[in-house]
Amino acid sequence: MTPPAVDAPTLARAVRRERRRRTAGGLLLVAPLLVFLGLTLLLPIGTLLARAVHDPQVATALPATAQALDAWDRVAPLPDAARVALQRDLLAATDDARIGGVARRLNGDVPGARSLVMGTWRALHHDPAAAGFDPTAPRAAALEAFDARWADPAVWIAIARNAAAFNPDDLLAAVDLRRDAQGGIARVPADESAFGRILARTLGVSAAVTALCLLLGYPLAWWISTLPPQRAALAMIAVLLPFWTSVLVRAAAWVVLLQREGLVNQALIAAGVIAEPLALIFNRTGVVISMTHVLLPFMVLPLLAAMRAVPPTLMRAAVSLGSPPLQAFVRVWMPQTRAGVAAGVLLVFILALGYYVTPALLGGADDQMLSYYVARYANVEIDWGMACALAVVLLAATLVLYTLYRRVARDTVLGA
Amino acid sequence: MTDTAPLVRFVGVGKTFDGRAWAVRALDLDIRRGEFLTLLGPSGSGKSTTLAMLAGFETPSVGDILLDGVPITRTPPHRRDFGVVFQNYALFPHLDVAANVAYPLDVRGVARDAQRRQVDAALAMVQLDGLGARRVQQLSGGQQQRVALARALVFSPRMVLMDEPLGALDKQLREHMQIELKALHRQLGVTFVYVTHDQSEALTMSDRVAVFDAGRVQQVDRVDRLYEAPASRFVAGFVGDSTQIPGTVAARETTDPPGTLRLAVGGAAPTLRGVDAEALPVGSAAVGCIRPERIEVLTAAPADATDTLAARVVDRVYFGDHLRLRCALVGLPDAPVATVKRPLDHAAVANAGASVWLRFPPAHLRLHA
Repeated sequence: MTPPAVDAPTLARAVRRERRRRTAGGLLLVAPLLVFLGLTLLLPIGTLLARAVHDPQVATALPATAQALDAWDRVAPLPDAARVALQRDLLAATDDARIGGVARRLNGDVPGARSLVMGTWRALHHDPAAAGFDPTAPRAAALEAFDARWADPAVWIAIARNAAAFNPDDLLAAVDLRRDAQGGIARVPADESAFGRILARTLGVSAAVTALCLLLGYPLAWWISTLPPQRAALAMIAVLLPFWTSVLVRAAAWVVLLQREGLVNQALIAAGVIAEPLALIFNRTGVVISMTHVLLPFMVLPLLAAMRAVPPTLMRAAVSLGSPPLQAFVRVWMPQTRAGVAAGVLLVFILALGYYVTPALLGGADDQMLSYYVARYANVEIDWGMACALAVVLLAATLVLYTLYRRVARDTVLGA
Repeated sequence: MTDTAPLVRFVGVGKTFDGRAWAVRALDLDIRRGEFLTLLGPSGSGKSTTLAMLAGFETPSVGDILLDGVPITRTPPHRRDFGVVFQNYALFPHLDVAANVAYPLDVRGVARDAQRRQVDAALAMVQLDGLGARRVQQLSGGQQQRVALARALVFSPRMVLMDEPLGALDKQLREHMQIELKALHRQLGVTFVYVTHDQSEALTMSDRVAVFDAGRVQQVDRVDRLYEAPASRFVAGFVGDSTQIPGTVAARETTDPPGTLRLAVGGAAPTLRGVDAEALPVGSAAVGCIRPERIEVLTAAPADATDTLAARVVDRVYFGDHLRLRCALVGLPDAPVATVKRPLDHAAVANAGASVWLRFPPAHLRLHA
């Protein structure tokens, strides 16, 4: 039977139309999810990235000043227009909480700026004439006459920086860099640097936890993969048990077990292994132990999935070809589980990077990870710019590691 | 040790997995040097367990396996030096074709350049020259099976064991591979032990076939003997097609020819004469078995009704190279169906519904218990 005569372009159009219809149908099905992700994931991340380099707090509270300072190069003498604009802005600001926020923010850059700003604001609102201010026609010289500290360019530079549309200070600080007075980028002196060490600590703890999870999880997953289905299900429940209790409860349980007079120390002393209790908690050891416990299932599950997919005849084949069982295991069986190892390592490492509660509860001051400082800047210091900058550094570090890892994994894992 | 001594002997070998049911029971089997032996049987008959014990993957519960007279019952598989080919090929997916084939040489410490030479020769032998650098996933099922074969042969094993190796291939490729396996066996002279549930595969390739059922070997014989002279009703039914006519042994002939039995098939039908396959006593129940190509079809009632039964054609099936008639033996209780094979151009091919008479030549009707 010959097909009906159709010219090639018509046929190609028909194929394209069919393909488009299918794509459109698929998009329609995932549309709700895409909207949800856009609102709950992409939008917050975008805001976070923006916040790391731009804090609207100062610009919105002092709009005229921000505009006046925009043209200033921070080396030339301060234009009088800026002095006038600041007085107008402070007069216009009636919300003391808002000015308080600005004052606190500037105080972070220039110590003493807080009392300077708040004092000036109070004087302008209570009895401007007594302080030498003229609310109807502000004079440029009035500021320095009221408080000599207004003559210090550092205060104005701080205002200018924080009001600018693009302010990389927080981001630079998050990687232990800062801008000097001339706007050049310089390394923070070693004794003041902190975030580099924290980032290294975060990566180090995550790597240690990942290695420990792999070391403990691989034999466990192998054992479970050899069990008959019913007993394997039972073993899986035991592995997944940590998921059934909250992180807080588990952390508390580890405190009970690991403290100086805890079960572990008592048992070790009773067994005569140690004479003095070991320091197992509120230090790096406690953090690594409890994080390994929490994250172990994330290692075991992908390993188990990979191991279950290995055909049992591969081992038989290797042995029949002359390999002793151990050699067959290492040379033939283990390479088949590489994809599972890759997935488990990636999962555990990335989850560990963002850990907050466990180190906060079971670690000492020197064991806190990057996310602790994100929370600290957001909740305690109320410095959203810094919190966002640290979050961006964490995100960037994760992405860089992930990219590197993909490259390594592609070279070693089959079909990945 | 002479060349006629068997290569492998199973002596009273039994295997039970749960301590109650025997997967293989009281197996005595000799594997001759250089032969192509097929273990044939339905699933669960014990053939694969027997192969697994020979390969060393399973240990016999009782009995011994001797290789050249030496017990290997407890020898681990990696010291047996047998090449094994699996149904799912069991190629190592993380290695390319050449590395798969080189694996047994590598673990034996063969030098690199010698490895390369032997791998090239083995790949040429299975007609995969030049595919050494391919990933195994890039090969078709037939090619993968060839790689598995090359890998099992490259280290000159003492024996090659194959567990339904062609089961996953389509019919045409399977038949092609059967011919190649047979040729390879002739060329190499190495002993092949082959497991299959496909009786036509067993007949095509083997020198001898061991037919398994319910954990026992029913018969070990040359393929032609197996087909022409099956030892039991199971073998007659499992190897090739056969028509089975139940009845009772009515008498033992002394003259016509001597030793044949008369089978009373019930009703008003005459008795049939047949060969006594299992030394049946007169009066015992028996089943007469006959191959489809041995039955003669008559379209008119014969003058001499000896060995002949009346039948009605139920249907005719076209096979391309021959026809098959399915005929109900109308004179018998439950009217058993006889299958008859006829050439296409046979003049007396009857249509469905036609009355015919089927003659069962006494030399080819075999009586089993």
